[in-house]
Amino acid sequence: MSGSVTTVSQPARPSAGSSGAVPRLRKPRRHSPGRPRRSVLLTVLTGLILLYSLVPLVWLVISATKTQEGLAHSFGLWFNGDFALWDNIKETFTYNDGVFSRWLLNTVLYVALGAGGATLLAVLGGYALAKFDFPGKRAVFAVVIGAVAVPGTALAVPTFLMFSKMGLTDTPWAVIIPSLISPFGLYLMWVFATEAVPAELMEAARIDGAGELRTFFQVVLPLLAPGIVTVSLFTMVATWNNYFLPLIMLKDPDWYPLTLGLNSWNAQAATAGGTPVFHLVITGSLITILPLIAAFLLLQKYWQSGLAAGSVKE
Amino acid sequence: MHMNPRRLLRGLALVSALALGATACGGSDDSGSSSKPVSAKDVDAALKKGGNLTVWAWEPTLKQVAADFEKEHPAVHVNLVNAGTGNDQYKALQNAISAKKGVPDVAQIEYYALGQYALTKGLDDLTPYGADKLASKYSPGPLNAVKAGTKNIYALPMDSGPMALFYNKKVFDKYKIKVPTTWDEYLTAARALHKADPKAYIANDTGDAGETTSLLWQAGSRPYKVDGTKVTINFSDAGAKKYTAVWQKLLDEKLLAPISGWTDDWYKGLGDGTIATLATGAWMPANFATGVKGASGDWRAAPLPAWTAGDKASAENGGSSLALPTLGKNKELAYAFAEYANAGKGVQTRLKAGAFPATTADLQSSTFQNTEFPYFGGQKANKIFADSAANVASDWSYLPYQVYANSIFNDTVGKAYVSGTKLTAGLQSWQDASVKYGNEQGFTVQK
Repeated sequence: MSGSVTTVSQPARPSAGSSGAVPRLRKPRRHSPGRPRRSVLLTVLTGLILLYSLVPLVWLVISATKTQEGLAHSFGLWFNGDFALWDNIKETFTYNDGVFSRWLLNTVLYVALGAGGATLLAVLGGYALAKFDFPGKRAVFAVVIGAVAVPGTALAVPTFLMFSKMGLTDTPWAVIIPSLISPFGLYLMWVFATEAVPAELMEAARIDGAGELRTFFQVVLPLLAPGIVTVSLFTMVATWNNYFLPLIMLKDPDWYPLTLGLNSWNAQAATAGGTPVFHLVITGSLITILPLIAAFLLLQKYWQSGLAAGSVKE
Repeated sequence: MHMNPRRLLRGLALVSALALGATACGGSDDSGSSSKPVSAKDVDAALKKGGNLTVWAWEPTLKQVAADFEKEHPAVHVNLVNAGTGNDQYKALQNAISAKKGVPDVAQIEYYALGQYALTKGLDDLTPYGADKLASKYSPGPLNAVKAGTKNIYALPMDSGPMALFYNKKVFDKYKIKVPTTWDEYLTAARALHKADPKAYIANDTGDAGETTSLLWQAGSRPYKVDGTKVTINFSDAGAKKYTAVWQKLLDEKLLAPISGWTDDWYKGLGDGTIATLATGAWMPANFATGVKGASGDWRAAPLPAWTAGDKASAENGGSSLALPTLGKNKELAYAFAEYANAGKGVQTRLKAGAFPATTADLQSSTFQNTEFPYFGGQKANKIFADSAANVASDWSYLPYQVYANSIFNDTVGKAYVSGTKLTAGLQSWQDASVKYGNEQGFTVQK
């Protein structure tokens, strides 16, 4: 009986690798979830993608150590003789009367108020949509999903016209207010809250006499922490990197975020009579991405668990 | 001033902004423009009374001019805003005009883009302010550009870009190549250079609308004819044929470096001799001095090669003006500033900072012409530039929607640079697309 089973499960398949005609039993594979099997193909592919993501970063770090002249006369992916990183950093912060620091502070302001506010609204809204039933919930769902699909860039010009009528353009509010809305953050928070907050726990809190606010702050909020970190990272990155919205809203360089400021330095190279400052643009870019890298590394364990939320049905 | 092709691509975003702008503009009338003459007295009174003036410009030399202007008129505060270079600023300006809010009192606008604003009544006619009396001060190219095809003057010329050929003398000497005086010689030089050093090219070109239109201008082609809203576009006249004949060979034989202007690669190529010449506006020396420091002494200026031996015809490339948007305020102050910067004391301030004049008196002055350029090995290059300025044919006109047309240059003519499409076919499809767009925008466009 057992012999016949073996023959059935092992038909003589023509395979390129097997030279002998002797039927062999399949080797028992050491394959467990704890020690995943290694795949050469996947390793190579992942390696390529890693390389693809890291090379620009490496280039940025290396280029930030070169002078304007050195940039033009050396190979991009290796160091030049003169190590000018510290000079470049110093010049970045002092060029044009130190306007770079101003842009950095502006960006921090937009991120703190814009991304912070967006996260707060997403948490409140996501929780409410996940845990409370009210008429029109499906309509809200449709609107949120629809809003996720609309790129912010498409709304920038109508928003500009509206803000202009309200007299808000060329003020920090023109950047902060649109940043407060994050449909994707809301959706993520909604999904996360549905999974992460057991209705029984809220029930228990209520039975113990906690009001809605106390339930939210003391019971629900700690449970939502990984989701909050994930959403705040997303909104932070979006606001930190925001380019098009401030581009059309702001004219006064004193209110520029880093993205616009660096672009205006870059544009100097394409202006008759302008001075190319590629070395400062590059060093400035490096300084610009450092806080984001730091945020991702520090909050790694939170956002990883937040990102995986909802991927497994319990 | 001069646009780089990558920047032109961004025009796509501008198109959407313009489309929205057009609908929002539908309800506006031209109540803002008055034809009452503004006397010098009115301007003086306004200067004494003072106020705030918002100027949108990216020209770096204006910073000092604004400071001087404030010193002379203490009651006036000039708010000089860099709202972006070229297209970025036009986008912002168009948005502000659409919203009828936040429109600057004075705006820097390149010559090629002026028609677009003048025709849509976005700019004040400056003749009532007395700009017609300043007309004789300017050299033919820029003056013709601010006239936008009619008697009205829509802006005061700030600088100009009479074309010259900048060449890397070190490279030319090394390979014993003669500096070309005609475009046929240029082609020969291109072949000789690339043969001697396969890494070196006579020039870089990946398709640049500004460069192509300027060379067509020099070749005697007049592809655009504008009469109010009646427009004719034709890229098949004799001048255009001269241009395509030479340029097609340069492209076919791969004699042009595939490097876009104003990029870091471009600066690198200008520095290390792999880009050996640059046919561009006379404002270029300032950029050489700051952007290509390492090659100081290598470069020289020469007259732009001629299409027919002995022909002195030249053309303008780049250059910009100061205009008064109709929706701006403080008109008298605005005009006073534009006049100070572009016809008054500001001109000298800007020349000292390296700008190239549009005013004939400065172009012809002996101090200007005898200025030695240390960068060009002590050459008195301004003589060549002034000569070029005097020989610019003044009957050229751009489209009243040239900003859009230039934004689609790379999708049409650009194909000749990357595929087997012929340059004439590329120009033909640019023409077709421009005609189509013009008709959609309410112009009557013919081929």
